[in-house]
Order: sequence, then structure tokens, then C-alpha cells
Amino acid sequence: MKAQPVNPNDPNPNLRFLEEVSAKTAGVSRLEMCIQCGTCGGSCPSAEDMDHTPRGLFALIRAGMREEALRSNTPWVCVSCYHCVVRCPQDVHITDVMYTLKSMAIQSGLYSDSPSHKINKAAAGFSSTFIGNVNEYGRSWEVGLATVHALKHFPLRAPSMAPMALGLWAKSRLNITPKRIKGIDQLKAIIAKANTLEVS
Amino acid sequence: MKKYLFYPGCSMESSAHAYAESLSQINDVMDMDLVEIDDWNCCGATEYLGISLVPAYALIGRNLALASKQANGSKTVVASCSACYLNLAKADHYMAERPILGDKVNEALAEGGLNYTPGSLSIRHLLDIMVYDIGLDHIKSKVVKPLTGLRVAPYLGCMVPRPDYYKNWSDHEHPTELDDLLRALGAEVIDFPLKTHCCGGHMTQISPDTAFEMIGRLLTSADTFKADVIATVCPMCQLNLDAYQADAIKYMHAQGRDIQSRFPILFFTQLMGVAFGKDPKTLGFGREFVKATEAMSRIGVETPAEDVQAKPKRKKTTGLPMPVMPGRSGEEE
Repeated sequence: MKAQPVNPNDPNPNLRFLEEVSAKTAGVSRLEMCIQCGTCGGSCPSAEDMDHTPRGLFALIRAGMREEALRSNTPWVCVSCYHCVVRCPQDVHITDVMYTLKSMAIQSGLYSDSPSHKINKAAAGFSSTFIGNVNEYGRSWEVGLATVHALKHFPLRAPSMAPMALGLWAKSRLNITPKRIKGIDQLKAIIAKANTLEVS
Repeated sequence: MKKYLFYPGCSMESSAHAYAESLSQINDVMDMDLVEIDDWNCCGATEYLGISLVPAYALIGRNLALASKQANGSKTVVASCSACYLNLAKADHYMAERPILGDKVNEALAEGGLNYTPGSLSIRHLLDIMVYDIGLDHIKSKVVKPLTGLRVAPYLGCMVPRPDYYKNWSDHEHPTELDDLLRALGAEVIDFPLKTHCCGGHMTQISPDTAFEMIGRLLTSADTFKADVIATVCPMCQLNLDAYQADAIKYMHAQGRDIQSRFPILFFTQLMGVAFGKDPKTLGFGREFVKATEAMSRIGVETPAEDVQAKPKRKKTTGLPMPVMPGRSGEEE
């Protein structure tokens, strides 16, 4: 939705921040339709740990406050439970907007430039270790993921995770080595091409 | 026999081994033929989507493209894991809703000689297939060992009933499909108001207290309504509630919110296997952290306390002599 045409000569890119976030989201985000009712924050199981409720975050976006929005820990604390999505009276695809904000925060580097950003860094690190394995093997690999992630982000807690790992192993619930798909070269070619493409 | 394309997902081969084992045991009773999608790849879970858009959807798109190529009479893809189910459905749905996304994904897939037309497959969860295709009457007719007296909390988690792009479920927050199925097995299904609340997902690895709070709430609810076991349809939910149950209870205790009982977390397919009279040893029992032995023995079902298939193999008697613990003969096992 384009409610008001924005002067294309206006040098401030933040004027169009809302439009930009919406365009970078997978489906039709409907972010423009938010009526600031707060149903999302009231439905959120992890809102307590967020810098801003989803409603607050969307207000920042609408106000063109790019840096504040991309620094927020809110998208990283979102657990993708879709409670807000099914309750939103305006059908805003809130969870997908959170994914967009994460990728924009990583690209701009803003996700990690404040000292209180432990969750953002841990979450972004977890995702990047995860996708590193997927890109390499075509499958996720829990042992490699948990080990690398713990050593990078929670080195002091890492040893205490050993009993869990041993427990999973003893119950045959862990693969010590990763599985590689047959078409890994095909997958790599697809991902390499996809990395050059954008939807906006 | 109904034929489906099957997308197992990575967890089925590791942490959710019990899900895969029990499913393979009940396939014939359910009259289902699940044909695995050849050389499927990871769906990206909730991680790839937050990194970059087109690669995340191309990753999922490869699976859809492989499935539609392999589809031979069957256009239905069944996923057993909630995140896989949602991601496959999401890609199919958004590639159609936003044609530019569909175009870009297909541009990437073309590099691998693949293509996917959104809408050409129907993406469904295993529970959906069992309740709506196979049917509760069929399930009921196959029960030889009703789970009478077993108080089960039906736990669906988030990503099966939500966001529900294809309107497959009876409700987004309080769907009754799992309740109905468990009741068909003869179980006493308890009221479980948090049945579609979040298990914390990947938060155990990122912000453990956030996850323990969510796991703790679920356990508190199961405690309030006096569940014997919690039945789940999702590998992530099973792992979080099972492997992190002790941590979550400790976290709750530190806040003065005590949880009296401990809850075995079982896949619904394991309970189906028991009700169909399958040997519990073949259903993945014993792989759970919180043992199901006591709860199941109350309804007269003996399940192994340890993983029966993972015992170390007997050492060769002709090997070099190894030190032996005092009091043990060294000849046992």
C-alpha cells in the first residue's frame, strides 16, 4: 500500500523505511496496515524479554527510526510461535517481518553494536552456524552446531553441556558425523545464485 | 494403501529417532505408504529465514521441486516435523502470493536444473493425514491395547496449527485433532490449555532462561491437570520438554514455583504403536530422558528404561585383557 507518495528526491532514506521493510518481506507483509492495537505484544510469550513489543517496534519503523529499530533485540527474542499473527486484526505477517528485520540488522551491522546485545549476537551466531552446516552438507548437524555455537558464545557454560550431549549420544539421538546429501553441488549452485538475488 | 511423498526432516534421523522408529512400525496398520523424497535437504528451520530471503526460500524450494518431480500420482507431501511442515507450506504459499519471490526462487533453482510451480503440491502434516485421510474410525478399529487410564496431555506446539495457510486445522489456538486421535486410542485426554504454546524453540541455545520459563509454564499446566505423559507431534517440542525438563524445573523451583511431577514426553506415534499392540522395544521407548517406564506400567505396558538398540556390542573374548571393576566378573554382557 502506498498511502502517500514520497518525494523521490528526498535525501533521507528513512522516509521510506516502512516501505523498504515491507518490500523485503517474503509474502505481502501488510505491515502498512498496523493499527497499533497491541494485540501482538499481549499475545507474545517472550515479550517480557524484548526491548520493544512488536507494536512498539512497528511504530519505530513507521517513524523512520531505522537505527533504533534495527538495534532492537525484539526480532531475536521472537520465538516464531505465530500467536500474534493469528490474532492480529489486520493480518500483518508479523513473524515474517521479524525475519526481515533480522536480516537487515545483520546486513547493517546494527544488531551487535551495543554492549547489551548478548541475545542478538548469540541468536545471529546460532543462525549463521546453522546455515553454515546446511550450506556445507545439505542437512543440519546438531553436534557441530551445538559445539561451535557454545564455544563461540557461551564458553564458560560449554563444559556443563557435556552431560546433555552424552545423554543424547547414549540414547542414539546424536549423529557424531554430519550427513551429506548426494546433490550437494547442485544445492551449492542454487544457493550461490540465490545469494545474488533480491525481491526488492 | 494410500501413497504419500514423505519429507522426514533432519531431526528424524537424530534427536527424534523414536518418532521415526514408531512411525515405521505403524505405517502398515495405518495403511499408509510414505515414499521418502529422494535426496531432500534441510528446510532451514527458523534459522535461514532470518539471514537472507531468497537463499532461504531456494533451500526449501529445492525440496518442493524434487518432490514435484518425483510425484507419481501422489501430489501430497507429508512432513512429520512442525518446522519442516511450516517451511514447506510457507514457501509454496508465498511463492504464489508474491510472484516476484516465486520468480527469483525459480531463477536460483534453474542453476540446479530444477523448477517448482507454486500450488502444484499439497503440503500436510502427519497428524492431519492420520485424522482426516486415514480417519479416526480406522484408527479406533485397529486398537488392540486401549490406553485406558493413561492421562495424556495433548501438546501440539506452535507451527502445526499456526499460521495454517491452507485452513487444515479446527482452530489456531485450541485445535482438537490430537485430542480426538488420543481418545480413539482409549487414552484419557486431559484439559491442556497451553496445548499450542511455544516450547521455547532454539532459545535453549540463545537465552536459556527465556526457554526455561516457557517450558516451565507447559510443565506447570500438565502438573495442574495431573497428566501422566505429554504427547507431542514435533521433534523440537519433544527435545526441549524432555532434555531440558530438569533444567526448567530447577529454574521454576528457584522462583518458588514448584512442579510436583515429572513428565515423559512421547511422540503420538509411540502411543499409537502401543495401542496397536506393537512391541514397545520397537517403538523407540528408552530414548527419552524422563523415563516413560513408570507411567506406562500403570496401564500394564512394559517399556524399556534404556535404549535397547544402543547397548555397546559384546567385546571379543579373544581381545587383549582389559581392567575390570572390582566385584564384576568381566564375563558378563
